[in-house]
Amino acid sequence: MRRSSSLISTLVRKKDFYAGGLMILLGLGIALKGATYRTGTLMHMGPGFLPTALGVILILIGIAIGAAALAPSDGEHDESILPPSPQWWAWACILLSPVFFIVFGKYFGMAPGTFACVFIAALGDRTATWLSTIVLSTVVTVFGVSLFSYFLQVPMPIFTWGGGL
Amino acid sequence: MIATALTDLWHGFGVALEPHNLWWCFVGVLVGNMVGVLPGMGPLATISILLPLTFGMKPVGAILMLAGVMYGAQYGGAICSILLNLPCHPPHAVTCLDGFPMTKQGRGGVALGLTVFASFVGASWGITEMIFLSPLLVRAALQFGPAEVCSLMLLGLLAGSTLARGSPLKGVAMTVLGLFLGSVGTDLETGSERYTFGLTELDDGIELIALALGLFGIAEFMSSVNQIAPINTKYTNVSLKDMRPSKADFKRAFFPMWRGTIVGSLCSLIPGTGPTIASFVAYATEKKVSKHPELFGTGLIEGVVCPEASTHSSVQGDFIPTMSLGIPGDAVMALLLGALMIQGIVPGPQLISQHPDIFWGLVASFWIGNILLVLLNVPLIGIWCKMLAIPYKFLYPSALFFVCIGVYAANNDFFQVGEVVVIGAFGYILLRLGYHPAPILLGFVLGPRFEENFRRAMLIARGDMTVFVTRPISAVFVAMCVILIGSQIYFRMRGGKSVVPDVTEHGGAAPPPIAPKLTPQRVPVTPAE
Repeated sequence: MRRSSSLISTLVRKKDFYAGGLMILLGLGIALKGATYRTGTLMHMGPGFLPTALGVILILIGIAIGAAALAPSDGEHDESILPPSPQWWAWACILLSPVFFIVFGKYFGMAPGTFACVFIAALGDRTATWLSTIVLSTVVTVFGVSLFSYFLQVPMPIFTWGGGL
Repeated sequence: MIATALTDLWHGFGVALEPHNLWWCFVGVLVGNMVGVLPGMGPLATISILLPLTFGMKPVGAILMLAGVMYGAQYGGAICSILLNLPCHPPHAVTCLDGFPMTKQGRGGVALGLTVFASFVGASWGITEMIFLSPLLVRAALQFGPAEVCSLMLLGLLAGSTLARGSPLKGVAMTVLGLFLGSVGTDLETGSERYTFGLTELDDGIELIALALGLFGIAEFMSSVNQIAPINTKYTNVSLKDMRPSKADFKRAFFPMWRGTIVGSLCSLIPGTGPTIASFVAYATEKKVSKHPELFGTGLIEGVVCPEASTHSSVQGDFIPTMSLGIPGDAVMALLLGALMIQGIVPGPQLISQHPDIFWGLVASFWIGNILLVLLNVPLIGIWCKMLAIPYKFLYPSALFFVCIGVYAANNDFFQVGEVVVIGAFGYILLRLGYHPAPILLGFVLGPRFEENFRRAMLIARGDMTVFVTRPISAVFVAMCVILIGSQIYFRMRGGKSVVPDVTEHGGAAPPPIAPKLTPQRVPVTPAE
């Protein structure tokens, strides 16, 4: 009992444990969903054959990776899943930036979309000031719109209202 | 044989020198060089950003430009590592070891000058190899049936995932994941939808550009934001005058340069060993050969030119399997192949005969591009050095915009911009768990063709799996796969370090045993493999 609890407590501190676990989960999902498509025979393979096989392989690899976490740690590696200084704010900004591009681009056009996209992304930097962010967004918007809309003719209105697309 | 190759090459120069092709080649190497210099941007992200812009172009111009970005970035990366001690791109990690000490001694200019020269020598050798080896390979490959193609792909995928970087097991996991992602969408043979979850936007599969930009754009931005120290510009004032090497320097660099070139070209013959491995092997060899190995790391010109020549010769050599067999050796090659496929060109052994203008134009443009790069790098060195000072906080928001608009422009569809966000977040999780996402791209690009050939092979063999070992050529490939896996297990069991030092595990510089002087600075990892 004692031993198993210490085993678990070493496992949960290991990166490879989670790495393997993620692959097992993905593999399970892929294989289970793949099994719902027609698998067919080796000679006449259905659409589900290869994905299901890949899912099973992924599960096996995941188990192997997770098992590697059982080996005693040499203490050198960075075993934490989060980086030394997590940048939640910056990560949120980076992931939200394309979302803003989609929303503003769709409903207001390319120029507002670009501005919003760069603006949000730039806020992620620790040293960003309002002024530097606005200046950067404006410069990129002017440059980007002239390059993509006039020069490369990407079919997206510069300004629109309410999602004409 | 040689005569036909030379005639074809002559034709290739004709293609590459057409004004618009020449222009796109120039744009490619210029952008590539620029991006290579900028810390925090990699060739993979750049090629994927530029990819949508090439849809309207002719295939030749498109591929010329995208390839130009790639080898242009190799030149630029050297500047960054020699002057700043920042191995922005993994292949240049070893160049830092002797390059930066030279800079500190005020000889950075000489190092740069000789690097440009060594790169040119290495690249020229690689191109020559490409001219003569590719047609030979093609002749062999035309005999291949689906079973052979299948086992060859398996070999390529295994080599690409186990030899590249980090844990081989994790590499294989990423390849399998890539193969799976390649199967999302409508099944080619039966027309049934797979893993689309009712989203009609996914019917055509996951967009290559969205995948590449998510993994190598957004995920990379997430891991380097607020992590890049302001750049020390103390040593970056290099002028043209400083670049001229003395006769003694040149003499010392001459043989290491050729040794590096040979090592690089040998490495490129093994599938899956990209420029990173080539540069490490070259540095190690040079140290072995040298009469005074203890001086390496203190600013020896040999330690700079040898790995650089090796990198370039292997990069050009990597094009051989990509172009003649349609099997890319690393993620950049996979992306270039993807670009060709988007243009409607089927990769494989028939490419050279069906589209001679693409293949020979590309070969010729390599030479032209390399000459352009020498011309660009020598007089403009001052400008490149100034560009090093652009802070990351301006760089990544602008790059994000290029990511968004690039993905949008691919199909004029906002859905794919959303795809990028999801893939990017997932890619960052993978990075944190110690996975290198580059093999995903490899598997993704080869996936559909692998499945197609596998099915066909099984149909012909009436469901008999032994066909892969009973047909001689296929058996050789399978045997090579087994040897590859066996040697990995053997090295693991012996408890030794993997064959290739892990260069960029979380942006760390070169491994400590070789590089005691390298400060473990946090630099963006740009998977160039």
